[in-house]
Amino acid sequence: MEAYKRVALARKKTRPTGQDFIDNLFTDFIELHGDRCFGDDPAVITGLGQLMDMPVTVIAQERGQNTKSRVKRNFGSAHPEGYRKALRQMKLAEKFNRPIVCLIDTSGAFCGIGAEERGQGLAIATNLMEMMSLTVPILSVVIGEGGSGGALALGVADEVWMLENAIYSVISPEGCASILWKDASKTKDAANCLKLTAHDLLELQVIDKIISENHRDFKNVYRELKIGLYKSFKKNQTLDSDQLTINRYQRFRKYGAIESIAKL
Amino acid sequence: MLSKGLFKKPKNELEAQHRNKRKTDPAIPSELCRSCPSCKQLSFTSDLENNFHVCPKCGHHFRINARQRLNMIIDQDTFVEQYHDLSSNNRLEFPGYDEKLEQATLFSHESEGVIIGTGKIDNRKVALFVMEATFMMGSMGQVVGEKITLIFEYALKHQLPVIGYTVSGGARMQEGMLALMQMAKTSGAVKRHSDAGLLYLTVLTDPTTGGVTASFAMEGDIILAEPEALIAFAGPRVIEQTIRQRLPKGFQRAEFLLEKGFVDAIVPRSTQKETLTQLLTLHGIPKGGDQNGSI
Ligand SMILES: [Zn+2]
Repeated sequence: MEAYKRVALARKKTRPTGQDFIDNLFTDFIELHGDRCFGDDPAVITGLGQLMDMPVTVIAQERGQNTKSRVKRNFGSAHPEGYRKALRQMKLAEKFNRPIVCLIDTSGAFCGIGAEERGQGLAIATNLMEMMSLTVPILSVVIGEGGSGGALALGVADEVWMLENAIYSVISPEGCASILWKDASKTKDAANCLKLTAHDLLELQVIDKIISENHRDFKNVYRELKIGLYKSFKKNQTLDSDQLTINRYQRFRKYGAIESIAKL
Repeated sequence: MLSKGLFKKPKNELEAQHRNKRKTDPAIPSELCRSCPSCKQLSFTSDLENNFHVCPKCGHHFRINARQRLNMIIDQDTFVEQYHDLSSNNRLEFPGYDEKLEQATLFSHESEGVIIGTGKIDNRKVALFVMEATFMMGSMGQVVGEKITLIFEYALKHQLPVIGYTVSGGARMQEGMLALMQMAKTSGAVKRHSDAGLLYLTVLTDPTTGGVTASFAMEGDIILAEPEALIAFAGPRVIEQTIRQRLPKGFQRAEFLLEKGFVDAIVPRSTQKETLTQLLTLHGIPKGGDQNGSI
């Protein structure tokens, strides 16, 4: 399938959102609000739930399920307080030794006056730094659109998975086409060039696993995710915390590592 | 993540200067005088050089390159560069990227968008990275991310503070997700250096945006900025397009970030070495050490 078709599928309005995944993956979910600093960002849902018999912390980007909720959720584009809320919950997860599930679905961190005034760059940077050393297992799943730094801010994990029709990209194909070629009609070419599909990213080792979507509904997706998350957490819970964070650093250290860069 | 404005016609003096250079014989000085883009004051290039490339009339900081910065802050003949020749390949086979890299190399006289190494400031040994705006607007691909990671790892191993000068348009889109991953990688390296109790100072210069702002630029223990430097996650043009309104004057400039609490101090170029020395002293960074800080 050509890359742009995946982009369209990943953004499809009828595609399940973060809230749907929460409803189907966890029992006993309770949403916990606010960053204890400025506000509560509706573009990110955080809370606790049971993954089978395992209490976990859940962080999900939510782009909204209908017109009204899409506006409320700012179409899934978080402000700094969304990332700070996520980090607050992640720190609590560390304190109470709970694994963390991050569900990524955003076209990007919000670009606006308030977002800049309140330190969007700092909020993302802080998450990248802190997630690297959290002593509990973290698994991130790109369920729809993984838009640049705003997605990565929930993506520093022990393993990163993608749904088959999800995308994950350094820039939107539209942005790339207009900046590089000053031509919006080249969006499809840009989508190809950026290597943003799950298959491309598995090959580049940016992700570790693809969750197949070859089904009429998402039931099988949820089942595979549930079992997969559980198994991965059980495995990573056996590691001591030093080993866990060393492994996480090494996972990201490998991209562009000196030995992999051809020209010296 | 790259600010759209950075790809428009070169408006600033550095880009214009280099554009002129390409047209003329490099052996002949291209300009005797330069006009300040802020107050239009005409200054002799030699006078500007003696004044840290700062307009004597209004204090405007002209853009300068990484080597000029090193000369301003590092004790003479103490800089030892690391991994000078590390250059990028086009792993994604992104159309036009090979040519862009070639042009950037010729244009900047550097092999990539950052210089790393060790040097001495007032006889105190430090690890350094200085980004280079003339190499693809200091955008971060795998080599930039790797060099910054390498210098933090070196500093951790040798228990050195890191001083970093940032200037960047953000993640380099021609390297796709491998560029984005550099944000996580460099942040991990900063974190490990930080957890060992070591000092990291950043100096944000014009412009620092996108994925660099959202990673190591904002992760300093102490964050300094040059006067009027643009410091942003999303560039002003992108924001104006998103919210469809004009931005207030001074928005996202260093002074605005100071007011909002995101930088520790604004330090003009003329006192940067002094300020860095003061901060190193206050953190107990010792004088002396080995003479040339070999790898
Ligand atoms: Zn002036």
